[in-house]
Amino acid sequence: MAMATFLGIDYPTLWFLVVGGVLSGYAILDGFDLGAGAWHLFLKKEQSRRIALNAIGPVWDGNEVWLVIGGGALFAGFPIMYATLFSAMYIPFMLFLAFLILRAVSIEFRSKEPMLWWRQMWDVLYSVSSGLLAFLLGVVLGNVLQGMPLDQDYEFVGNWLMFLNPYALLTGATSLALFMMHGAIYLIMKTEGRLYVKMTILLKRAIIAFVVLFSLVSLYTLIYIPHLSDDFKAHPALFIVPVLAFLAIANIPRLASKRKYKFAFFFSSLTVSLLFMLVAIELYPVLLLSTLDPANSITVHNSASSEKSLGIMLLFAAIGTPLVLSYTFFVYKTFWGKVMLDETSY
Amino acid sequence: MDVEILSRIQFAFTVAFHYIYPPLSIGLGLLMVIMEGTYLRTKDPIYHTMARFWTKIFALTFGIGVATGIVMEFEFGTNWATYSRYVGDIFGSALAAEGIFAFALESGFLGILLFGWNRVSPLVHFISTVGVFLGSMFSAVWIVIANSWQQTPAGYHIVGEGVEARAEITDFWAMVFNPSSVDRLTHVWIGAFLAGAFLVLSVHAYYLLRDRHVEISRRAFKIALGVAIVASLSQLLTGHSSAEGVAENQPAKLAALEGHYEADGAADMYILGWVDQEKEEVTGIKVPGGLSFLLHQDFEAPVTGLDAFAPEDRPSQVNAVFQFYHLMVAIGMFLIVLSLYAGFLWWRGRLFQQRWLLWTFVFAVILPQLANQFGWFAAEMGRQPWVVYGLLRTSDALSKAVTANQVLFSLIMFTIIYSILFALFIYLLTKKIKHGPDDAELIDKRPRQKEMIDILKTQ
Ligand code: HDD
Ligand code: HEM
Ligand code: HEM
Repeated sequence: MAMATFLGIDYPTLWFLVVGGVLSGYAILDGFDLGAGAWHLFLKKEQSRRIALNAIGPVWDGNEVWLVIGGGALFAGFPIMYATLFSAMYIPFMLFLAFLILRAVSIEFRSKEPMLWWRQMWDVLYSVSSGLLAFLLGVVLGNVLQGMPLDQDYEFVGNWLMFLNPYALLTGATSLALFMMHGAIYLIMKTEGRLYVKMTILLKRAIIAFVVLFSLVSLYTLIYIPHLSDDFKAHPALFIVPVLAFLAIANIPRLASKRKYKFAFFFSSLTVSLLFMLVAIELYPVLLLSTLDPANSITVHNSASSEKSLGIMLLFAAIGTPLVLSYTFFVYKTFWGKVMLDETSY
Repeated sequence: MDVEILSRIQFAFTVAFHYIYPPLSIGLGLLMVIMEGTYLRTKDPIYHTMARFWTKIFALTFGIGVATGIVMEFEFGTNWATYSRYVGDIFGSALAAEGIFAFALESGFLGILLFGWNRVSPLVHFISTVGVFLGSMFSAVWIVIANSWQQTPAGYHIVGEGVEARAEITDFWAMVFNPSSVDRLTHVWIGAFLAGAFLVLSVHAYYLLRDRHVEISRRAFKIALGVAIVASLSQLLTGHSSAEGVAENQPAKLAALEGHYEADGAADMYILGWVDQEKEEVTGIKVPGGLSFLLHQDFEAPVTGLDAFAPEDRPSQVNAVFQFYHLMVAIGMFLIVLSLYAGFLWWRGRLFQQRWLLWTFVFAVILPQLANQFGWFAAEMGRQPWVVYGLLRTSDALSKAVTANQVLFSLIMFTIIYSILFALFIYLLTKKIKHGPDDAELIDKRPRQKEMIDILKTQ
């Protein structure tokens, strides 16, 4: 049976690109507001905290939708991957959900009462949960990159604590640093005065932390997880992606020192998406390697939904994407510029 | 306790909690569209104030709805991995459509709805309100279609065997318009309108009793009463139509709804009753042959009873299914009587004269919520022991990689977090209601922004 293709690419691979695209969209968008949240406790003044919160106020909820769409897209396109990954990483996902709720609640509730203790309580919860979410996303990614023990039914057969391994902790820390860098640039764009100055100082630290951690992860990957570089060895042309990622990262401090923060933000977004591309290349066509027997691995093709189903979803994506982009653009345009507080603010 | 029972409890708890909020958002969305639309048409600032007040309450229900909804989406994978593999091909496209077409629409416009009052023109704001409302209506569409598919599967075939077996889509539109989706969707929508309308009725009845915000409350009460009258009557129709569908497609569930055991005899309809599952008997007040009559317009017509099914193919909690169903119907009838009576007084020009009636409305807010919950419990427990009716059993649908202790941990975690969430919700709701609409100052707020910027600059 011939496989249906579009532009020479088969449907499962196309859907793999869609899922990757949505997840990197999620990382770019929620990345900056998680990062901004992680900085929250570094800001000491009530007014600064309010401005920082309102900088993400009108958009964080819309950003989170990308996670919902990404989760749905994974479920829809690769049900086997969705089922195995989510049940294998039960505890991290449950914690992730808990922090997601606590964070949403803190944003919603902090400004509802004037008492100091009330606001401080939500501030701590908001900042800690934002940081831990960024960290957990990296932990999950680290585990996916390493692979896990799967039996021939693609069921996870390891210990539930396995997700806490050195590599995953390192990727977790890296994603936290990346998001904090990204979030700092966003806050700089949205603020002025003292808060602005403070964030420019914090940004420098974030950049250093990210560069150090990222180099460590890259080294660790090359040395201990060699199978991830197979695709690069087979197709040297793909080396362009890590090279571009490197250039994009290097560009951020350069633009920041010139105070061109809008461009810096563009490049930190580009960094996020290039890193996702890197991950996609490292993985493809395997989604989740079985460390027991490579034959048990979950791949793009053995876990995909039927061609019929993928065809319908690709059509949905083609119709939906321009719609989503157009009103996302409209919302960002409406709230463009520095934060202004009014009676509808948090 | 084993993984199965814990996962079932966790799923039922988290989804029932989620389902407190979406009906309020959908219902309030409808009322906000009407209020803001009236403002655009009449330019009377009182409707503007009204819409702004309800938008604040909407923000509260919506926020919690989103946070608890994400839990639901992940839970299919974490707790029901086998089920997810089985239905992914079918279910996935519905969930993907929900994400792309519904959630993105509502969350996209939500920012403008909540924060854009001073930034966009009234018309653009109204369009955003409509966008959020339609988005929430669409989310109900896809999720109810997915659920209806697992009640009455259609447009699929099964590939593979044993643990490998999966349902694959063969006909998208047959899947979308499976035998129960239209009936259930309309029933769910209208249930949501009732939840929203009765919240508005309750709050404004309270203000009227307290002599606060009188002018605005009279108008808001009438708008909501109009919605309540139409919705409560339509709910009877869609409910009846659902029952006919259940009789045709899920006979074991119908038999459980009415506690009808005899394999092939005339079926009674109970107003009130208690099912003794051991003796296979129902005691209570009944209309003999009533169910036969409703379904076939003949008091003698045979209806398939539970005895026609092997014990392992029957719902295990017949009495609970029976009670949930009867409570929902009783509430539905009461809401019809209540809103029609109020409508009659309105027509006679005496709507706000009876204090006891206003008090009844203050407390009636809980009833549509209960009916919504009971309805789902009846529908979902009546579907047991199947997750996908006739195809996949609940006991086979679990995640094999998850242990009872893990589920126990998450169940305890959700219980704690949701209790706090619920307490905060009630607290803030009461606070917003006590504060009330800002009808004293119907002035433009625009200049304040400039002052704020000046303050910030001088800091
Ligand atoms: C698209 C799927 C879907 C949708 C829209 C809903 N459910 Fe459901 N429900 C399931 C999919 C499901 C399920 C995954 O299929 C469960 C889990 C275990 C089972 O037997 O069915 C289930 C079980 C389940 C149970 C436990 C039944 C039992 O174990 O005896 C209850 C009480 C509910 N649900 C209640 C609800 C409520 C209040 C909903 C309204 C929001 C709802 N469900 C929507
Ligand atoms: C198991 C079933 C369900 C799942 C998996 C689910 C999933 C979700 C998710 C992921 C969200 C958050 C979306 C966002 O970020 O904006 C959400 C919110 C929402 N859901 Fe559900 N949902 C379920 C049941 C239902 C049902 C039955 C309805 C309607 C009748 C519904 C209506 C809504 C609405 C209107 C929202 C927007 C938030 C709100 O209004 O409270 N959901 N749901
Ligand atoms: C007035 C008489 C009513 C009748 C005859 C009726 C009938 C039904 C039936 C037969 C079902 C099961 C459908 C299925 O399993 O497929 C159902 C479910 C349900 N009912 Fe009702 N109902 C009534 C009133 C109400 C009211 C007033 C509400 C809420 C305000 C409500 C909310 C629900 C919900 C949320 C469900 C679950 C979703 C579904 O399965 O459609 N019902 N109803």
